[in-house]
Formats: sequence, structure tokens, C-alpha cells
Amino acid sequence: MTTQPSEIPEPPASAPLVHARGIVKSFRVDHTRIPVLKGVDLDVAAGEVLLLVGPSGSGKTTLLSVIAGILDADEGTLTVLDRDLFSMTEDEKTAFRREAMGFVFQQFNLLPTLTATENVAVPLLIRGLKKEAAFARAIEVLKTLGMGGRLTSTPSHLSGGEQQRVAIARALVTEPRLLLCDEPTANLDAETGHRVVEALCRVGKRPDRAMIIVTHDTRIFEFGDRLVHMDDGRIREVQHMNEEELR
Amino acid sequence: MNYVALKMLFGDRAKYLMLLAGLTFSTMLIVQQGSIFWGLMLWSQSGITNINVPIWVTDPNINQVEEVKPLADTAVTVVRSVPGVEWAMPLYKGLQRAKLEDGNYQQISLVGLDAATLIGRPGVTLEGRIEELRDPDAVALDQWAVDRLGGPERMKIGTVFEINDHRARVVAIVQTQKSFQNVPFVYTTYKRALRYTPPERRKLSYVLVKPKDGIPAEALARRIAQETGLGAYTADEFGWKTIRWVLKNTGIGVNFGTTVFLGFVVGMAIAGQTFYLFTVENLKQFGALKAIGASTGMLARMILLQSFTVGLIGYGVGIGLATAFGLTAGRGGNLPYAETWPLLVGVLIALLGICAFSSAISIRKLAKLEPGIVFR
Repeated sequence: MTTQPSEIPEPPASAPLVHARGIVKSFRVDHTRIPVLKGVDLDVAAGEVLLLVGPSGSGKTTLLSVIAGILDADEGTLTVLDRDLFSMTEDEKTAFRREAMGFVFQQFNLLPTLTATENVAVPLLIRGLKKEAAFARAIEVLKTLGMGGRLTSTPSHLSGGEQQRVAIARALVTEPRLLLCDEPTANLDAETGHRVVEALCRVGKRPDRAMIIVTHDTRIFEFGDRLVHMDDGRIREVQHMNEEELR
Repeated sequence: MNYVALKMLFGDRAKYLMLLAGLTFSTMLIVQQGSIFWGLMLWSQSGITNINVPIWVTDPNINQVEEVKPLADTAVTVVRSVPGVEWAMPLYKGLQRAKLEDGNYQQISLVGLDAATLIGRPGVTLEGRIEELRDPDAVALDQWAVDRLGGPERMKIGTVFEINDHRARVVAIVQTQKSFQNVPFVYTTYKRALRYTPPERRKLSYVLVKPKDGIPAEALARRIAQETGLGAYTADEFGWKTIRWVLKNTGIGVNFGTTVFLGFVVGMAIAGQTFYLFTVENLKQFGALKAIGASTGMLARMILLQSFTVGLIGYGVGIGLATAFGLTAGRGGNLPYAETWPLLVGVLIALLGICAFSSAISIRKLAKLEPGIVFR
């Protein structure tokens, strides 16, 4: 398997995978500009699981979108894996996401007519991998997430928790350096959500990979290395999690 | 991603079938109507194709083959004198009445051929011997005349009937292409045809000409026209002249054209709308693909593959159905139906146009799609 992108430069060992400074973003609604991010500074280190928490409208998902290169910020600087995201063209950003990032969405966004294996293989097929090789790798990842018995099921035949595991497998199948998760437990009950994030961290957490999880779910805080509280477009508090704090 | 594109297409069975039905219907309608139209056009020039000679000489003001404008008998000799003419033969062609055994009358298209050569005779003789046209009172009927004049039980070899009160005896039954007016053909010799018809000053309908070897028919036709002042056309030119006249003087072109256009519009509307809905309903999924690194170009290729795949399947099924219709309803030449490759190529191009249009409106939607939709 050679899914690790060759053109993504290895950042220096000490450098954060994500380095954001002074990120400002506003949206125009009718004739009014509504500020959503008001100067956000954030570093995310390799091997770190960072939880972005805060009330609705605090700017968590917008920040995630900016880091993903899906939204352009109005001001600030952003380097991801030592690449200046704001200087890239749309095509370059798409290629960068394809090579370096994995995504887990709140609503799973699986293709309804594809089986679990096929859904997971999609990012590899986008990269141009042969179907057989992509399926083999997809099955491998699904098995590590305990989905070996549902390989040929389509999303409509899977429970919410199973669908999210498939979505996680899809995000991990390319072994991305940066994993971005938007409310991965929002559509799941508490127990299922806990199990899904446990599986995500068990399989996805690596020393060379960072994970940013946007969440409201306090029951998954235990999986984070750092808790970043956002409110009104700003980072209000950063909490380093350890066993003592959890207790 | 071709695999994913096709799975998305075939997996959404209801939309796929809707799309397929629309494109199949559109193809079938266009091919069926186009084939009937062209079949009618071929019937309109059956007077030319049944005779099958290279050059037709006639009155210069003639509009179409069924509109006979008689020439002086000397026209044959005049045409024979033109350099490059291998032979020139007289032909009589005109509508006459045949009296049936039961006292009824039936209109026929009487064709009088040169007795010595029988040039212009039909290629296929179904029964009897066409050479026996040289016998007294002999006529040959085409298969349509047999039906019109009483059926195969009554009209067979040896049957005697009347044409304009003159005795006619059937010596052969020949195969022809039906005429546009659906009037059956009855063949006899030129001189006997003149005897069958009422007295007129001029009775020569056409002079049939063959050029000498190595002389193009077009060039000889121009030369005959120039040197004799008569109208001279190759069979192909005369056929198109006839078709143009039919199109100009009947509502056929507009009628069939409207139906074909409607088939195109209906196909485009159904395919375009269904495909657009298919895209809109999968917008989040397409957004997810964009977010995880699929470029707009890649998504566009997926859409095009889906569209052209269902288009080509619909084309195949539509042509199959139209052909089955043609083979069934048009059996025995009873229905004007001519499925030609230019029509099939034209329909393919039209269908690809429909697919391209359907794809374009979906691609336009996808090009504007922000991958951020997946975070909402």
C-alpha cells in the first residue's frame, strides 16, 4: 500500500501540523457582514487529538472548514503540513485534501448505492488506485473497525453507528496526516457515539497524525489530548487533558 | 471513478429507469417517425426506382415523376442523336381505369415499355414471364395491383380484364415498390399502352436514356438538356426533385418534423430534469466527494459517463423497439418504413446532444457546489 502522499513534505519534527494565526472570517448575509472567526490562533501537533468545543455559532465548524481549505479566511495565515494553504489555488487545495486529509462528517455522507467496502474505497479510487487494490485496502480498514461482517451492506442496511464506522474507515483508508471530524457523534446515541470515537481513536491515532474533532459531546472528551473552547469566534480556553483532570 | 459513477447510476433504480424510459421513448419516436417519413419519400419516387434507368428526359418544366407532361414522339429520335447516348427508349406513364369483373373500376398507373427491349421492366418477376408482354393484350401486374383488382384468387396468370374498355390479359406478376399515391402499377408495351389510352396529340411521357460507357450520367443529362431543350435528369436528381416537390406541396415535412422535434424536446426535458434531480438529490454526496479530493473535472467526467451510458443504452433499446415496429408493421412493404444509417447516425447525434445538455446543467450545478455543504 502506498497511500502516503509523496509530495507532502515532512514538517520538521518540532513543527505543528496545523499552524494558524489571526484567522478572521465573516459571512455576508443580505447586506450585513457577520463575523464568525475573530482572530483565531491555533497550533495542532503531530500525534495530538484536539477537541474543538463550544456553543452553536461559536465558529467551530467554520474554523474546521478553513483548516480543510474548504473555506477561505478573510485574514490570517495558515500552514498545514508546512504548506501555506491560503496561497494555493482551488485545484491545489483539492489535491492537497486528497493527499493529506481525511474527513468524518456529522451526517456520514456515504454514497447510498455503494456497499460499505465501495464507500471506503472511494478516496483511493479518487487517487487513481486500481479497483481491486482499493477494495482490498478498504476491507482491511473496515475489519480493524469491527465491520468485517458488513462489507457488502449498503448504508441503508447499516445502523447509525455502523455508518459512522464506515465513514471513519473512509477517512482513514488513505492514512491521512490530518483527520478532520465534524460532530461525529451528533447523530448517534451516547453509547454508540462513545464506541465510535473509541474506535476512531484506537485506529486513527498515530504519532505522525493529528486529529481535530468538533463536538458538543462531553462524553467523548476523555479521548482528547487538548480541549479548545470556542465562543463568539474566539478561543476562550485551552484545556490540556490528562487522567488527573478527567478525574 | 468510472465504477463509482456507474454504481451511482444503476443503483438509483427508479431514476435510472425513468431516464432510460425517456431516452428510449425519444429515440424510438424519432427513429420510427423518421423511418416512416423516409419510407414515404422513397414511395414518392417509386415511379423512378421501379423503372431503374440512369437518365430521364421529359418536359423541362416538370416538377415530379407522377406529373407527366407529354412530349412529341420525335423526342426519342432527337435524344438518340445526342453524342454519348447509348440508347434512348420511350416510356408511357399515366393514370388509367381498370374495369373489374364485378363491374367496379380501379385506378391504375399504366406503364408502357419499349416492346423490343422491355427497358424499364421491374427487376423481380413473382409469377409468369414478363417477356410475354409482347403477346397480344398482355399486361403484367405488380403485387399491389393483384390485391386491388380482386386478390390472388381472381387476379392470376391468364386472368382477363379491361383497361379503358380494351382487353387486358395477365401474363406476369411483378414486384415493385408501392407508390406514394398507393396506385398499383400495370405494365404493358409502349404501343399497347397508347392503344389503351384515350386519343391525345402527345402521349410520350418520358425518354429513358443510358449513357455510353465512361460518360457520367450527370454530364450526359446536362448535354441532352442543352442540345434538345428538354428536361434531362439523372435518376438521383429526378428522385430528389420529386422529394422536394412533395415536401413543398404537402404538409408531410412539417408534420413529421414536428413529431421528431417533439420527440427530441420530450427526451431532452425528461432526461434533463431527471438527471438534474439525480444530481440535486446527491448534492451532499457530491459535496463529500469534493471535500475528500475529487476535482470538479472528475465529477464532471462521472456525470458525463453516467449520462452517455444511459443515453447509449436508451439509444440501443429505442432503435431495437423502432426496428421491431418496422419489421412487424412494415412487413411486406405495406408501411412506408425505411430505417437508414444516416437517420440512425442523426438520432445518435441528437441523443448525444440530449445527454450533453442533461450533463451540462448538472455539471453547472456541481461546479458551483461548495464542498462546505458537507459541514452544514
